[in-house]
Amino acid sequence: MNKNTQKKLWIGLLILAVLTPIGLLAQGTAFGEWGSGELQQTLGYVPAGIKSGETLWQAIFSGYSMPGFGNSFLHSSIGYILSAVIGIALIYTATLTLGKIIAKREEEQRNENP
Amino acid sequence: MHIPDGYLGPITWMALWIVMIPLWIIASRKLKKDLKTKNVPLLAMGAAFSFVIMMFNVPVLGGSTGHAVGGTLIAIVLGPWAALVAVSVALVIQALFFGDGGITAIGANCFNMGVVLPFVGYYVYRLISANADTSSSRHWIGAGIGSYIGINVAATLTGFEFGLQTILYPAVNGKFQYFMYPLSVSVPAMAFEHLLVFGFIEAIVTALVVRYLQQTDPSLLRLTERTISQDKIPAGVSV
Repeated sequence: MNKNTQKKLWIGLLILAVLTPIGLLAQGTAFGEWGSGELQQTLGYVPAGIKSGETLWQAIFSGYSMPGFGNSFLHSSIGYILSAVIGIALIYTATLTLGKIIAKREEEQRNENP
Repeated sequence: MHIPDGYLGPITWMALWIVMIPLWIIASRKLKKDLKTKNVPLLAMGAAFSFVIMMFNVPVLGGSTGHAVGGTLIAIVLGPWAALVAVSVALVIQALFFGDGGITAIGANCFNMGVVLPFVGYYVYRLISANADTSSSRHWIGAGIGSYIGINVAATLTGFEFGLQTILYPAVNGKFQYFMYPLSVSVPAMAFEHLLVFGFIEAIVTALVVRYLQQTDPSLLRLTERTISQDKIPAGVSV
Protein backbone atom coordinates (compact mmCIF):
# COMPACT_ATOMS: atom_id res chain seq x y z
CA MET A 1 0.00 0.00 0.00
CA ASN A 2 1.50 3.32 -1.02
CA LYS A 3 1.28 6.43 1.16
CA ASN A 4 -1.20 8.03 -1.20
CA THR A 5 -3.65 5.13 -0.96
CA GLN A 6 -3.22 5.04 2.80
CA LYS A 7 -4.07 8.75 3.00
CA LYS A 8 -7.13 8.28 0.77
CA LEU A 9 -8.37 5.34 2.84
CA TRP A 10 -8.01 7.40 6.05
CA ILE A 11 -9.99 10.23 4.48
CA GLY A 12 -12.63 7.68 3.48
CA LEU A 13 -12.84 6.36 7.05
CA LEU A 14 -13.16 9.86 8.51
CA ILE A 15 -15.90 10.77 6.00
CA LEU A 16 -17.76 7.61 7.03
CA ALA A 17 -17.34 8.55 10.71
CA VAL A 18 -18.84 12.00 10.11
CA LEU A 19 -21.73 10.48 8.14
CA THR A 20 -22.64 7.84 10.78
CA PRO A 21 -25.63 9.86 12.13
CA ILE A 22 -27.41 8.75 8.92
CA GLY A 23 -27.59 5.37 10.66
CA LEU A 24 -29.68 7.01 13.42
CA LEU A 25 -32.50 7.75 10.97
CA ALA A 26 -33.42 4.06 10.87
CA GLN A 27 -36.17 3.57 13.43
CA GLY A 28 -36.68 0.25 15.17
CA THR A 29 -34.48 -2.53 16.46
CA ALA A 30 -32.64 -5.25 14.58
CA PHE A 31 -34.25 -8.71 14.71
CA GLY A 32 -33.10 -10.51 17.84
CA GLU A 33 -31.62 -7.43 19.50
CA TRP A 34 -34.73 -6.18 21.34
CA GLY A 35 -34.55 -4.60 24.79
CA SER A 36 -36.65 -5.83 27.71
CA GLY A 37 -39.13 -2.96 27.22
CA GLU A 38 -39.89 -4.06 23.66
CA LEU A 39 -40.13 -7.73 24.69
CA GLN A 40 -42.51 -6.87 27.53
CA GLN A 41 -44.76 -5.16 24.96
CA THR A 42 -44.73 -7.90 22.32
CA LEU A 43 -44.57 -11.04 24.53
CA GLY A 44 -46.12 -9.81 27.77
CA TYR A 45 -43.03 -10.98 29.67
CA VAL A 46 -39.24 -10.75 29.48
CA PRO A 47 -37.44 -14.11 29.18
CA ALA A 48 -35.42 -14.61 32.38
CA GLY A 49 -32.13 -15.20 30.54
CA ILE A 50 -32.51 -12.00 28.52
CA LYS A 51 -33.40 -10.02 31.65
CA SER A 52 -30.22 -11.08 33.44
CA GLY A 53 -28.23 -10.81 30.20
CA GLU A 54 -29.07 -7.11 29.95
CA THR A 55 -27.33 -6.30 33.22
CA LEU A 56 -24.35 -8.63 32.68
CA TRP A 57 -22.17 -5.86 31.24
CA GLN A 58 -22.50 -2.08 31.30
CA ALA A 59 -20.64 -0.67 28.32
CA ILE A 60 -19.31 2.86 28.80
CA PHE A 61 -20.59 4.07 25.41
CA SER A 62 -23.68 1.84 25.39
CA GLY A 63 -25.72 2.20 22.19
CA TYR A 64 -22.95 4.38 20.63
CA SER A 65 -23.90 7.30 22.88
CA MET A 66 -21.80 9.40 25.20
CA PRO A 67 -22.40 9.19 28.96
CA GLY A 68 -24.53 12.13 30.09
CA PHE A 69 -25.72 13.08 26.61
CA GLY A 70 -29.43 13.62 25.99
CA ASN A 71 -31.68 11.82 23.50
CA SER A 72 -32.15 14.70 21.05
CA PHE A 73 -31.10 14.05 17.46
CA LEU A 74 -28.26 16.58 17.84
CA HIS A 75 -26.90 14.91 21.00
CA SER A 76 -27.33 11.44 19.51
CA SER A 77 -25.57 12.55 16.32
CA ILE A 78 -22.59 14.02 18.18
CA GLY A 79 -22.48 10.89 20.36
CA TYR A 80 -22.56 8.73 17.25
CA ILE A 81 -19.71 10.60 15.54
CA LEU A 82 -17.61 10.57 18.74
CA SER A 83 -18.35 6.83 19.12
CA ALA A 84 -17.21 6.25 15.55
CA VAL A 85 -13.96 8.17 16.12
CA ILE A 86 -13.30 6.46 19.49
CA GLY A 87 -14.15 3.06 18.02
CA ILE A 88 -11.91 3.56 14.98
CA ALA A 89 -9.03 4.66 17.26
CA LEU A 90 -9.51 1.70 19.64
CA ILE A 91 -9.87 -0.89 16.88
CA TYR A 92 -7.01 0.50 14.80
CA THR A 93 -4.68 0.51 17.84
CA ALA A 94 -5.79 -2.95 19.02
CA THR A 95 -5.36 -4.54 15.58
CA LEU A 96 -2.04 -2.78 15.01
CA THR A 97 -0.70 -4.00 18.36
CA LEU A 98 -1.95 -7.53 17.73
CA GLY A 99 -0.54 -7.51 14.19
CA LYS A 100 2.84 -6.25 15.39
CA ILE A 101 3.08 -8.96 18.07
CA ILE A 102 2.39 -11.56 15.39
CA ALA A 103 4.83 -9.97 12.93
CA LYS A 104 7.53 -9.74 15.60
CA ARG A 105 7.19 -13.43 16.31
CA GLU A 106 7.56 -14.06 12.59
CA GLU A 107 10.94 -12.31 12.57
CA GLU A 108 12.13 -14.16 15.69
CA GLN A 109 11.20 -17.43 14.03
CA ARG A 110 13.24 -16.52 10.98
CA ASN A 111 16.27 -15.78 13.13
CA GLU A 112 15.94 -19.18 14.76
CA ASN A 113 15.62 -21.04 11.47
CA PRO A 114 17.73 -19.22 8.89
CA MET B 1 -26.72 -9.69 13.49
CA HIS B 2 -25.08 -8.79 16.86
CA ILE B 3 -26.52 -11.33 19.29
CA PRO B 4 -26.90 -9.73 22.75
CA ASP B 5 -26.29 -11.47 26.09
CA GLY B 6 -29.17 -13.68 27.21
CA TYR B 7 -30.53 -14.50 23.75
CA LEU B 8 -28.53 -17.72 23.46
CA GLY B 9 -28.48 -20.27 26.27
CA PRO B 10 -25.17 -21.51 27.70
CA ILE B 11 -25.03 -24.63 25.48
CA THR B 12 -24.94 -22.53 22.31
CA TRP B 13 -22.76 -19.63 23.41
CA MET B 14 -20.23 -21.90 25.13
CA ALA B 15 -20.08 -24.23 22.12
CA LEU B 16 -19.32 -21.28 19.83
CA TRP B 17 -16.58 -19.99 22.17
CA ILE B 18 -15.08 -23.49 22.06
CA VAL B 19 -15.22 -23.39 18.26
CA MET B 20 -13.70 -19.89 18.10
CA ILE B 21 -10.67 -20.36 20.39
CA PRO B 22 -8.85 -22.81 18.09
CA LEU B 23 -9.89 -20.71 15.06
CA TRP B 24 -8.28 -17.60 16.59
CA ILE B 25 -5.12 -19.60 17.27
CA ILE B 26 -5.03 -20.95 13.70
CA ALA B 27 -5.69 -17.46 12.34
CA SER B 28 -2.75 -15.98 14.28
CA ARG B 29 -0.50 -18.77 12.97
CA LYS B 30 -1.68 -18.16 9.41
CA LEU B 31 -1.03 -14.44 9.77
CA LYS B 32 2.38 -15.09 11.29
CA LYS B 33 3.20 -16.90 8.07
CA ASP B 34 1.36 -14.80 5.48
CA LEU B 35 0.85 -11.28 6.81
CA LYS B 36 3.66 -8.90 5.94
CA THR B 37 4.63 -6.38 8.61
CA LYS B 38 3.99 -3.56 6.15
CA ASN B 39 0.42 -4.77 5.65
CA VAL B 40 -0.44 -4.63 9.37
CA PRO B 41 -1.73 -1.01 9.11
CA LEU B 42 -3.98 -2.11 6.24
CA LEU B 43 -5.39 -4.91 8.42
CA ALA B 44 -6.03 -2.39 11.21
CA MET B 45 -7.79 -0.05 8.75
CA GLY B 46 -9.89 -2.99 7.55
CA ALA B 47 -11.01 -3.68 11.11
CA ALA B 48 -11.83 0.01 11.63
CA PHE B 49 -13.74 0.08 8.32
CA SER B 50 -15.83 -2.94 9.35
CA PHE B 51 -16.63 -1.22 12.65
CA VAL B 52 -17.74 2.07 11.13
CA ILE B 53 -19.72 0.51 8.27
CA MET B 54 -21.74 -1.48 10.85
CA MET B 55 -22.97 1.84 12.33
CA PHE B 56 -24.95 2.63 9.18
CA ASN B 57 -28.27 1.14 10.18
CA VAL B 58 -30.77 0.69 7.41
CA PRO B 59 -34.49 0.17 8.05
CA VAL B 60 -36.59 -2.61 6.54
CA LEU B 61 -40.37 -3.02 6.51
CA GLY B 62 -41.63 -4.50 9.75
CA GLY B 63 -39.62 -2.20 12.01
CA SER B 64 -36.32 -4.01 11.89
CA THR B 65 -32.93 -2.56 11.01
CA GLY B 66 -29.64 -3.98 9.79
CA HIS B 67 -26.30 -3.09 8.28
CA ALA B 68 -23.37 -4.21 6.14
CA VAL B 69 -20.31 -5.88 7.73
CA GLY B 70 -17.48 -5.54 5.21
CA GLY B 71 -15.89 -8.88 6.12
CA THR B 72 -15.68 -10.14 2.54
CA LEU B 73 -13.89 -6.96 1.48
CA ILE B 74 -11.15 -7.50 4.07
CA ALA B 75 -10.89 -11.15 2.97
CA ILE B 76 -10.49 -10.14 -0.68
CA VAL B 77 -7.59 -7.80 0.11
CA LEU B 78 -5.82 -9.65 2.94
CA GLY B 79 -7.25 -13.17 2.90
CA PRO B 80 -10.05 -14.79 4.93
CA TRP B 81 -7.90 -15.50 8.02
CA ALA B 82 -6.95 -11.83 8.21
CA ALA B 83 -10.65 -10.95 7.89
CA LEU B 84 -11.41 -13.33 10.78
CA VAL B 85 -8.97 -11.41 12.99
CA ALA B 86 -10.06 -7.93 11.84
CA VAL B 87 -13.80 -8.56 12.26
CA SER B 88 -13.19 -10.30 15.62
CA VAL B 89 -11.32 -7.26 16.96
CA ALA B 90 -14.15 -4.98 15.79
CA LEU B 91 -16.78 -7.22 17.42
CA VAL B 92 -14.90 -7.48 20.75
CA ILE B 93 -14.52 -3.67 20.95
CA GLN B 94 -18.20 -3.25 20.02
CA ALA B 95 -19.24 -5.62 22.81
CA LEU B 96 -16.92 -4.19 25.48
CA PHE B 97 -17.22 -0.46 24.81
CA PHE B 98 -20.49 0.04 22.93
CA GLY B 99 -22.72 -2.75 24.26
CA ASP B 100 -23.37 -3.91 20.68
CA GLY B 101 -23.46 -7.70 20.88
CA GLY B 102 -23.15 -9.60 24.14
CA ILE B 103 -20.02 -10.61 26.04
CA THR B 104 -21.14 -14.24 26.30
CA ALA B 105 -22.13 -14.07 22.62
CA ILE B 106 -18.68 -12.92 21.40
CA GLY B 107 -17.96 -16.49 20.28
CA ALA B 108 -21.23 -16.70 18.35
CA ASN B 109 -20.92 -13.25 16.78
CA CYS B 110 -17.30 -13.83 15.77
CA PHE B 111 -18.27 -17.18 14.27
CA ASN B 112 -21.17 -15.76 12.24
CA MET B 113 -19.70 -12.43 11.10
CA GLY B 114 -15.97 -13.12 11.47
CA VAL B 115 -15.72 -16.68 10.11
CA VAL B 116 -18.74 -17.75 8.06
CA LEU B 117 -19.32 -14.39 6.37
CA PRO B 118 -15.76 -13.67 5.10
CA PHE B 119 -14.90 -17.29 4.26
CA VAL B 120 -18.06 -17.88 2.21
CA GLY B 121 -17.75 -14.44 0.60
CA TYR B 122 -14.08 -14.91 -0.19
CA TYR B 123 -14.37 -18.35 -1.82
CA VAL B 124 -17.33 -17.28 -3.95
CA TYR B 125 -15.27 -14.25 -5.02
CA ARG B 126 -12.30 -16.48 -5.83
CA LEU B 127 -14.52 -18.80 -7.85
CA ILE B 128 -15.77 -15.91 -9.97
CA SER B 129 -12.55 -13.90 -10.28
CA ALA B 130 -10.41 -17.08 -10.65
CA ASN B 131 -7.29 -16.17 -12.62
CA ALA B 132 -8.73 -13.04 -14.20
CA ASP B 133 -6.40 -10.07 -14.66
CA THR B 134 -6.51 -7.51 -11.83
CA SER B 135 -8.26 -5.02 -14.11
CA SER B 136 -11.00 -7.51 -15.07
CA SER B 137 -14.60 -6.69 -14.15
CA ARG B 138 -14.81 -10.22 -12.78
CA HIS B 139 -13.12 -8.88 -9.62
CA TRP B 140 -15.71 -6.31 -8.62
CA ILE B 141 -18.60 -8.46 -9.84
CA GLY B 142 -17.21 -11.43 -7.90
CA ALA B 143 -16.76 -9.17 -4.87
CA GLY B 144 -20.41 -8.09 -5.07
CA ILE B 145 -21.81 -11.59 -5.50
CA GLY B 146 -19.44 -13.14 -2.94
CA SER B 147 -20.19 -10.57 -0.24
CA TYR B 148 -23.94 -10.88 -0.92
CA ILE B 149 -23.85 -14.67 -0.45
CA GLY B 150 -21.47 -14.40 2.53
CA ILE B 151 -23.69 -12.06 4.56
CA ASN B 152 -26.80 -14.10 3.70
CA VAL B 153 -25.31 -17.40 4.84
CA ALA B 154 -24.13 -15.70 8.05
CA ALA B 155 -27.56 -14.14 8.69
CA THR B 156 -29.39 -17.41 8.04
CA LEU B 157 -27.03 -19.21 10.45
CA THR B 158 -27.70 -16.52 13.08
CA GLY B 159 -31.43 -17.12 12.59
CA PHE B 160 -30.81 -20.83 13.10
CA GLU B 161 -28.86 -20.22 16.33
CA PHE B 162 -31.74 -18.04 17.59
CA GLY B 163 -34.49 -20.55 16.78
CA LEU B 164 -32.50 -23.46 18.18
CA GLN B 165 -32.99 -21.99 21.68
CA THR B 166 -36.70 -22.85 21.67
CA ILE B 167 -35.73 -26.51 21.17
CA LEU B 168 -32.79 -26.54 23.63
CA TYR B 169 -34.70 -24.55 26.26
CA PRO B 170 -38.45 -25.10 25.74
CA ALA B 171 -40.97 -22.80 27.38
CA VAL B 172 -41.84 -23.43 31.02
CA ASN B 173 -45.38 -22.27 31.91
CA GLY B 174 -45.55 -20.51 28.54
CA LYS B 175 -42.40 -18.48 29.14
CA PHE B 176 -39.12 -18.96 27.35
CA GLN B 177 -35.82 -18.39 29.11
CA TYR B 178 -33.79 -17.31 26.08
CA PHE B 179 -34.71 -16.59 22.43
CA MET B 180 -38.43 -17.16 22.05
CA TYR B 181 -39.41 -17.60 18.38
CA PRO B 182 -39.15 -21.00 16.67
CA LEU B 183 -36.85 -21.80 13.73
CA SER B 184 -39.83 -21.35 11.38
CA VAL B 185 -39.86 -17.66 12.36
CA SER B 186 -36.24 -16.83 13.14
CA VAL B 187 -34.62 -18.35 10.04
CA PRO B 188 -36.89 -16.70 7.45
CA ALA B 189 -36.85 -13.39 9.35
CA MET B 190 -33.05 -13.22 9.36
CA ALA B 191 -32.75 -14.62 5.83
CA PHE B 192 -35.31 -12.44 4.06
CA GLU B 193 -34.22 -9.07 5.45
CA HIS B 194 -30.67 -9.83 4.35
CA LEU B 195 -31.68 -11.34 0.99
CA LEU B 196 -33.86 -8.33 0.19
CA VAL B 197 -32.01 -5.37 1.73
CA PHE B 198 -28.82 -5.72 3.77
CA GLY B 199 -27.22 -8.22 1.38
CA PHE B 200 -27.45 -5.67 -1.44
CA ILE B 201 -25.92 -2.97 0.75
CA GLU B 202 -23.01 -5.29 1.59
CA ALA B 203 -22.66 -6.16 -2.11
CA ILE B 204 -22.70 -2.52 -3.28
CA VAL B 205 -20.17 -1.41 -0.63
CA THR B 206 -17.83 -4.32 -1.41
CA ALA B 207 -18.07 -4.02 -5.20
CA LEU B 208 -17.58 -0.23 -5.10
CA VAL B 209 -14.48 -0.42 -2.92
CA VAL B 210 -12.97 -3.23 -5.04
CA ARG B 211 -13.74 -1.22 -8.21
CA TYR B 212 -12.09 1.83 -6.58
CA LEU B 213 -9.00 -0.20 -5.65
CA GLN B 214 -8.81 -1.56 -9.21
CA GLN B 215 -8.66 2.00 -10.51
CA THR B 216 -6.42 3.63 -7.89
CA ASP B 217 -4.10 0.98 -6.40
CA PRO B 218 -4.60 -2.43 -8.08
CA SER B 219 -1.56 -3.80 -6.21
CA LEU B 220 -3.89 -4.09 -3.18
CA LEU B 221 -5.80 -6.83 -5.01
CA ARG B 222 -2.63 -8.85 -5.50
CA LEU B 223 -1.41 -8.88 -1.88
CA THR B 224 -2.42 -12.48 -1.19
CA GLU B 225 -0.95 -13.75 -4.48
CA ARG B 226 2.39 -12.06 -3.90
CA THR B 227 2.86 -13.62 -0.49
CA ILE B 228 4.72 -16.61 -1.86
CA SER B 229 7.28 -14.72 -3.92
CA GLN B 230 7.78 -12.15 -1.15
CA ASP B 231 8.72 -14.90 1.27
CA LYS B 232 12.05 -15.13 -0.51
CA ILE B 233 12.89 -11.53 0.33
CA PRO B 234 14.66 -11.29 3.71
CA ALA B 235 12.72 -9.68 6.54
CA GLY B 236 13.40 -5.99 6.98
CA VAL B 237 13.82 -5.25 3.29
CA SER B 238 11.01 -3.00 2.17
CA VAL B 239 9.60 -3.65 -1.27
